[in-house]
Amino acid sequence: MIYREAGQFKTTYASDQAIFPVVQDRWVVAALLVAAFVVPTALASDYWLQAILIPFLIYALAALGLNILTGYAGQLSLGTGGFMAVGGYAAFKLTSVFPGVNILIIFLAAGLFAAAVGLAFGLPSLRIKGFYLAVATLAAQFFLIWLFNKVAWFSNYAPSGTITAPPRTVFGLMVTGPQATPEARYVVALGLAVVFALVAKNLVRGRVGRSWMAIRDRDIAAEIIGVRPLRTKLLAFGISSFYCGVAGAAYVFLYLGSAETLAFDINLSFLVLFMVIIGGLGSILGSFLGAAFIVMVPIFLTNAPHALGVSLPVALLKQIELMIFGGLILFFLIVEPHGLARLWQITKEKLRLWPFPH
Amino acid sequence: MLSVLHAVFVAPFVDMATAPTFLAEVLIGGIAAGLMYSLVALGFVLIFKASGVFNFAQGVMVLFAALTLVGLMEKGLHVVVALLATVVVMIALAFGIERVVLRPLVNQAPIILFMATIGLNFFLEGLGEMLWGANVKRLDVGIPDESVKLAGILINKLEMSAAATAAVLVAVLAVFFQRTRIGRALRAVADDHEAALSIGIPLKTIWVVVWAVAGLVAIATGVMWGAKSGVQFSLSLIALKALPVLILGGFTSVPGAIVGGLIIGTGEKLGEVYWGPLVGGAIENWFAYVLALVFLVFRPQGLFGERIIERV
Amino acid sequence: MSGRTPLLEVDGISVRFGAVQALERVSLSIGRGEVAAIIGPNGAGKTTLLNVISGFYHPYEGHIRFEGKDRTHLKPYDVAALGIARTFQNVALFKGMSVLDNIMTGRLLKMKGSFLLEALYWGPAQRQELEHRAFVERIIDFLEIQAIRKTPAGQLPYGLQKRVELARALAAEPTLLLLDEPMAGMNVEEKEDMCRFVLGVNDEFGTTIALIEHDMSVVMDISDHVVTLDYGRKIADGTPDEVRANPAVIDAYLGLAHA
Repeated sequence: MIYREAGQFKTTYASDQAIFPVVQDRWVVAALLVAAFVVPTALASDYWLQAILIPFLIYALAALGLNILTGYAGQLSLGTGGFMAVGGYAAFKLTSVFPGVNILIIFLAAGLFAAAVGLAFGLPSLRIKGFYLAVATLAAQFFLIWLFNKVAWFSNYAPSGTITAPPRTVFGLMVTGPQATPEARYVVALGLAVVFALVAKNLVRGRVGRSWMAIRDRDIAAEIIGVRPLRTKLLAFGISSFYCGVAGAAYVFLYLGSAETLAFDINLSFLVLFMVIIGGLGSILGSFLGAAFIVMVPIFLTNAPHALGVSLPVALLKQIELMIFGGLILFFLIVEPHGLARLWQITKEKLRLWPFPH
Repeated sequence: MLSVLHAVFVAPFVDMATAPTFLAEVLIGGIAAGLMYSLVALGFVLIFKASGVFNFAQGVMVLFAALTLVGLMEKGLHVVVALLATVVVMIALAFGIERVVLRPLVNQAPIILFMATIGLNFFLEGLGEMLWGANVKRLDVGIPDESVKLAGILINKLEMSAAATAAVLVAVLAVFFQRTRIGRALRAVADDHEAALSIGIPLKTIWVVVWAVAGLVAIATGVMWGAKSGVQFSLSLIALKALPVLILGGFTSVPGAIVGGLIIGTGEKLGEVYWGPLVGGAIENWFAYVLALVFLVFRPQGLFGERIIERV
Repeated sequence: MSGRTPLLEVDGISVRFGAVQALERVSLSIGRGEVAAIIGPNGAGKTTLLNVISGFYHPYEGHIRFEGKDRTHLKPYDVAALGIARTFQNVALFKGMSVLDNIMTGRLLKMKGSFLLEALYWGPAQRQELEHRAFVERIIDFLEIQAIRKTPAGQLPYGLQKRVELARALAAEPTLLLLDEPMAGMNVEEKEDMCRFVLGVNDEFGTTIALIEHDMSVVMDISDHVVTLDYGRKIADGTPDEVRANPAVIDAYLGLAHA
């Protein structure tokens, strides 16, 4: 009744191809965006910003990157952590060498470095497919982590190889380093997430997205209709790694403050993969939903027993968390392989008809 | 420049030649480690050959088996009883996996099944730790972890018995697949679930059998590894190491798993001992993967795998 | 056929898969604007022939000449760039995409790409996208599939999937269109529609068509030229009437022993 498209006729192809063809959607999203910038900055507690909203945005960025590679282009990757590490360490080195350059530019440059590494590890993808490619990305993951561990130059010879985000400002506002407020960091992260999500959406709804999905769905037929597989796959690797690189830089600079290679290990790769699977492969919205979900589960698990008056040891909680993650993966793969995004789509379709059954 | 070339291409070989007994010991260590990898890879190959599923959770199954065995022994059960009980547990696990994971996902794309096994991996990890605790446990199988000098070369008794057991297991399984009726049925299932169903192969039974056998291999592997280095969480990371082995040997070949394991095991050890110091050590972390990667580029199907002819 | 160079010349092509001789010194030529049918019993090598022309397999002997130039060892995407499009026996649609997107993938060769501009979308990238959308919509109108443009291709019934595949092939504005059993699995009405479309494409756009087909009435009705394959060899080549009366062709279909 409320969510009706009746009377909304598209008279141009442009309006038919808009990101939000239904007018109500456009208003809601616009309102949400405004609220997202204003409400948490004004009202949210430091805990909410630091422990929930900021990591959500950064994980969403990484999930976007992985979704592009695995969800849209169909190239399974277990190297997300490694590519994020490249971004984190590159940003650290760049900003220590060029302290005057705007940190946002540094983030983008770090992304470019990650993209270059991604391209290099993506080269084998022409010959190697499926699980084999996953193993190749594992090679990237382990090698990169080892590299950043061993070569002290990357962490500017810090003891234990830790990199720490130095204080940097954007338009006079301190956004990284110990003095940066959670609000400032949140706004930067949100800005990055919105811009990158928009770019991703533009890419996937056009020529590039279609060639990726063609390779994913039926790579031989794609080749026969003229898609050049190596070029297409490399573009996916490059752009995906770019996103992961920027996410990695944001991970260190806007969220953790300081990190060592352990923060980027194989578990991070799996975590982001889970976000993409649960959120929905091949969906921009899904990347966000999956990230939100994964961020909320441990929070929920830590707080729920407390709220129920039961107290459980930390190790047990961790184990239950693992079991729940595993169980949820299985659940989604069995019940809805297209993840939360698809569930959301189904909800919207029901909303269109509500209160009628069909 | 010249000194770098010398250090990489000449010096290590000189080192090898001038201390042949040491080289032999390194090789033997590599072979022993390699056989361990082979055992894990074997579990993968079994399941892949028979159900077309790439079981990412194999490593965790090894851990789970070892944890159960040690846990039961700690509760006071005699080792043989505990072993039998563990066998029962692993068979029950196979039933459970078939019911909960495989049956609902029959005929989904392989990538979906692979991701399901990742989910299974995490679930079992949490469960195992919850049931038996996360601290390192000692596993005593009655074979002393001591070394003997044979022809001047130091050989570890435990490693040798592990190697011998692995060799026996592999031979048995190879025969099983190639010669028996069930083996043939398993290969049919791996090829095409629906086709196998349509000619009357009892899919569910086959799957339970296969995952149970893989579970038994996991027990054997868990015992070997656990006796050597204690039963702990990092056992599950071994699964990841098995992947390069599978790449080298092909996903569907039992002999391939052996050869692949040996190559990776010895390659890793040699690399670490003779080339590792050049770059600061710990290259074992990634050496196997890079080796596999290089291999893949030249021979995408591995040493023994079948060439996939794609049809349009 | 006119005296000009034929559009496609297949000259002594042989293809082997391990011990199986899929094609043995097959030669044929297709003139511009023709509708040529390739017929033969199952396993004769018809799809393999199309795959060789598409560049998916490469023959170990023989040549393929397209528009006069040797094109034997090109990669499939280069062959597509020459103006050769095809449909597949088992409907190779991209199941995860809508019908519209599937057909738009057919336009990929015509789209000049710069992913940076596309990241921006509004501006030149959008203009290009809309131009191609307009072209694709004309094909959608021609094939009467307007109602299903937003449906995911995987959810369509078989007959419609085949039509969408044809649309995708047409989107590339091909000079030569290879159709692999376009009428398979269709009922009489669907076949009539498909014939109408195929002939329409040939008439209106002048597209040369080579199709593999089992339904003899269709073959006799719409083709100018029929080639018969059996066990990887060509056993007949001529007008429909000539081929229909050819005893070798009749034998092949009746499954009589061959040397």
